[in-house]
Amino acid sequence: MLDQALRNPIRERPPAPITAAALGARSPALPVHPALHDLLPDGLRRGSTVSVSGSLSLLLALLADASAEGAWCVLVDLPVGSATRLGAEAARDYGIDLARLPVVPAAGESWTNVVGALLDAFDIVAARAPARLADGDLRRLAARARSRDSVLLPFLTGQRWPMADLRLTAEPGEWSGIGDGHGRLARRRMRVSVEGRGQAGRSRRVALWLPGGQGGVEPYGDELAPVVELSGVRRSAS
Amino acid sequence: MVWCPDWPVVTARDTADAASSHAPVAVLAGGRIVACSQSARGIGVRRGMRKREAQSRCPDLVVLPRDEAVEARRFEPAIRAVEAIVAGVEVIRPGLLCLAAGGPARHLGGEPALATRLQEAVSWTAEEVAVGIADGAFAAEQAARRAVVVPAGGSAAFLADLPIGTLDAFGDSALVDVLRRLGIWTLGGFAALPARDVAARFGPGGAWAHRQAGGRDDRPVVVREPPVDCSVTVELEPAVDRVDVVAFSARNAVETFVNNLSARALACSCVELEVMSEAGECAARRWRGTGVLSASDVIDRIRWQIEGWLHAADGTARLTAGIARLRIIPIETVPTGTHQQALWGGDGEAGERARRAIARVQTMLGFDGVVAPAVVGGRGPAQRTQLLPWGEEREPARRVAEPWPGHLPSPAPSVLVDPPAPIELLDAGGRVVVVGDRGALLRPPTRLGLRRESAVEVTSWAGPWPADERWWDPGSATRVARMQVVDVRGRAYLVAGEMTTGAGTAEPRWVLEGIYD
Repeated sequence: MLDQALRNPIRERPPAPITAAALGARSPALPVHPALHDLLPDGLRRGSTVSVSGSLSLLLALLADASAEGAWCVLVDLPVGSATRLGAEAARDYGIDLARLPVVPAAGESWTNVVGALLDAFDIVAARAPARLADGDLRRLAARARSRDSVLLPFLTGQRWPMADLRLTAEPGEWSGIGDGHGRLARRRMRVSVEGRGQAGRSRRVALWLPGGQGGVEPYGDELAPVVELSGVRRSAS
Repeated sequence: MVWCPDWPVVTARDTADAASSHAPVAVLAGGRIVACSQSARGIGVRRGMRKREAQSRCPDLVVLPRDEAVEARRFEPAIRAVEAIVAGVEVIRPGLLCLAAGGPARHLGGEPALATRLQEAVSWTAEEVAVGIADGAFAAEQAARRAVVVPAGGSAAFLADLPIGTLDAFGDSALVDVLRRLGIWTLGGFAALPARDVAARFGPGGAWAHRQAGGRDDRPVVVREPPVDCSVTVELEPAVDRVDVVAFSARNAVETFVNNLSARALACSCVELEVMSEAGECAARRWRGTGVLSASDVIDRIRWQIEGWLHAADGTARLTAGIARLRIIPIETVPTGTHQQALWGGDGEAGERARRAIARVQTMLGFDGVVAPAVVGGRGPAQRTQLLPWGEEREPARRVAEPWPGHLPSPAPSVLVDPPAPIELLDAGGRVVVVGDRGALLRPPTRLGLRRESAVEVTSWAGPWPADERWWDPGSATRVARMQVVDVRGRAYLVAGEMTTGAGTAEPRWVLEGIYD
């Protein structure tokens, strides 16, 4: 395969399709779960780079609604760790359509080429950032995402990604439902902070159930509210 | 046109046990019946039905899975028998091939003589065979189904009385449905409509069906001499003797082939595959599609052809060594405008682009470099995730819908540790946590870590939940107790203690199975 490619280096390419970006119009942003609207009011803007750190669940929750509505997503070098793999059940419970979620477990040396090739075709490319990456590569990948109208989600484990338009950081969560030898893991309250550049740069912190009771993401609200609603009695303020 | 009726049934029946040889048989692929035997058809089983629907009409129906490799292998001798009589044979699919009858008919003294000759030749290799001759591929296929020779120029009259449903082999055509509601019940009635009105109302697909109905599809709309440089060659180094590997290696070249043609606004309707083996043997065959050939259609034909040549059913494989070179040559092309729909299928452009990008990554990292996650049945979370190389269609190993006692309720861990890593789960005294005979912990865990020195404090825990796995098989039986443990940093883990059966109070081997990241 390779030697064939070397022998015929010049190959006629089909004419490049006219993308929305070339016409100056942006396709609508990719939707996110309503519980994440406080973090990303406009959803995931196409062509942007949003870095995620602290929790793989947060990353999966970000993909969920776009994936369910037909977007193609791909994970590269995820999850973190050498002898690990993605829990398909967790991904499904967040709402991701597994038929449109290929996973590249180990891109190795060709990380930049793989991510670049995937940005050409996929709506969302989520990739664990390698330990070191040249500034030029960072810029090229951000430009590729912008020109192809795709979203790049670098997953950070301590590194920095200065080109990110938005940075989402999950803080350590608190599990509920589990006690000292009784109950089970039910859900986790997690604070996620967002900061960014420019207009959207106002940093915010939002509390979420991640995962919620059914495995998906839920907004963290007042615990008593559903009880009041069910009983049909309005509690007096006194 | 030479047709072996119900070819998938014939081959599936041969590979299945003898008990099915007289019972009504149907062949299933993708959840739908793709072929059925004559007796099953008599009871009301039809192509395109779901398995349950077919079985409700015919309770003693034997349903067999489809095996395309066997179909291709078994059809190879039949193709060779025909090739011994005439040249220029084009295979449409295993079980159906077509050839230009004009020349050979003159040589053998008329079309009926040619039909008899072909029938005799093929009947050595296949039980049932039918030969039909007519003008145009569609008319010839219908003639073969009825084993008649339609005289030249008589195709329109031959087709005129056939029901309109003949156009629609799989029973899902919207066109046929509309025509029925318009009160057109025969092909003749459809053919009598003015061609221009049909094209205006039903588009290119309808216009093509209209030509078929009138027996005027002997040539595609415009046949262009295909550009010579559109053929592609795949060199395999080292030579390969496995069908799936050849098909995978050829995938990129086939994409290039189809893309090069489509960049010239062409699509291929007939392709020649030329194969050279390591031992220098050369073989070529032409394949014709019913419409235009998409990339996956070409790959299918490569698969069928190589299967036939490497493992021909009568033991006379044409290639004795691995395949060193594969060449794909366009024989006949048509402008894409008329068949654009068939080129991309119903999957949408985004899916096609994504699939091409995946193929590119697979050439960088290898076939296993991209995997498809799937949820399958199982007790432990690790068993419930299946990762297969992308593009490999396989039935789930275990079904999710069946009850799996002992499997943990949601949420499921987002990260699985594979293989499970040994971990230290210690009690207050620094000893390994032990599960008692009754499935309860003797002393609660207080520290957890990959190594004893780096263990951190445990704030809460739940379980243990015992799962006796494969207790019926003493060789592989394991007793496992799973626990959820949250450490002081708020991170939750799924750990499992593997116990040797019998000795209840021995120290279990604790492993880390998953992380709720």
